[in-house]
Amino acid sequence: MSTKPTPRIRVPGNAKAGEIIEIKTLISHEMESGQRKDQAGKTIPRKIIHGFTAAFNGKVFFEATWHPAISANPYQSFFFKAQESGEFTFAWKDDDGSVYEAKAKLAVG
Amino acid sequence: MALHKAVTRRDAFALPAIGAAALMIAPRLAHADAAAVEAEIRKLYADRKPTDGRIKLDVPQIAENGLVVPINIEVESPMTAQDHVKAVHVFADGNPLPGVLSFRFTPESGKAAASVRMRLSQTQNIICIAEMAGGALHSASANVKVTIGGCGG
Repeated sequence: MSTKPTPRIRVPGNAKAGEIIEIKTLISHEMESGQRKDQAGKTIPRKIIHGFTAAFNGKVFFEATWHPAISANPYQSFFFKAQESGEFTFAWKDDDGSVYEAKAKLAVG
Repeated sequence: MALHKAVTRRDAFALPAIGAAALMIAPRLAHADAAAVEAEIRKLYADRKPTDGRIKLDVPQIAENGLVVPINIEVESPMTAQDHVKAVHVFADGNPLPGVLSFRFTPESGKAAASVRMRLSQTQNIICIAEMAGGALHSASANVKVTIGGCGG
């Protein structure tokens, strides 16, 4: 069932200075809630992505904490005020300690 | 195979009925309630009282599939260094656990708005609290009717 989570992001490549841009992210992950039981009646242990951060040029500007109530293959959209060119780093933190990362460049002009 | 043949038409109807009854009772055994949500909010903000307004909480009135319920939150704010939205927390009073998510915004966010998709195990209230940089708290809530629960039974 569990394959390596693959992040997908949608960020505009260019923006005007001061423009507020929308960023959409999606990552494949089963988000096992810890509430389900297997056929033997044993609780399936929780394994979710519990944290998401979005940084621009190394500075975090948006953070999300997710509880088991977040759907599988979590989608997250949010905004960013473009001021200068640089690079986004998005990070998803798994319960098992893994961190999945994705990057995107933004040109402001 | 012999077992299958032994099941009469009457039994065949009765079995799913028991299953359905169990499903209806199951969510009631363990889920959060309004008090649990209040306790969570108290953990964060003690006795500080939120006021209504400034939050646009966008959830469907009726969710056909509780496994994937879109939620969009937007808090009115100029998002300057002095006056911006610091955090948003969302709770659900009918899920096994009251917490849904927390967001942290910065002035660089430009806009205190974000969307996710959540799981709702049954019809319930969604409660949203926003914390402003100045310390003010705002709240909003909405009821979502869920036709198929999203807890994986």
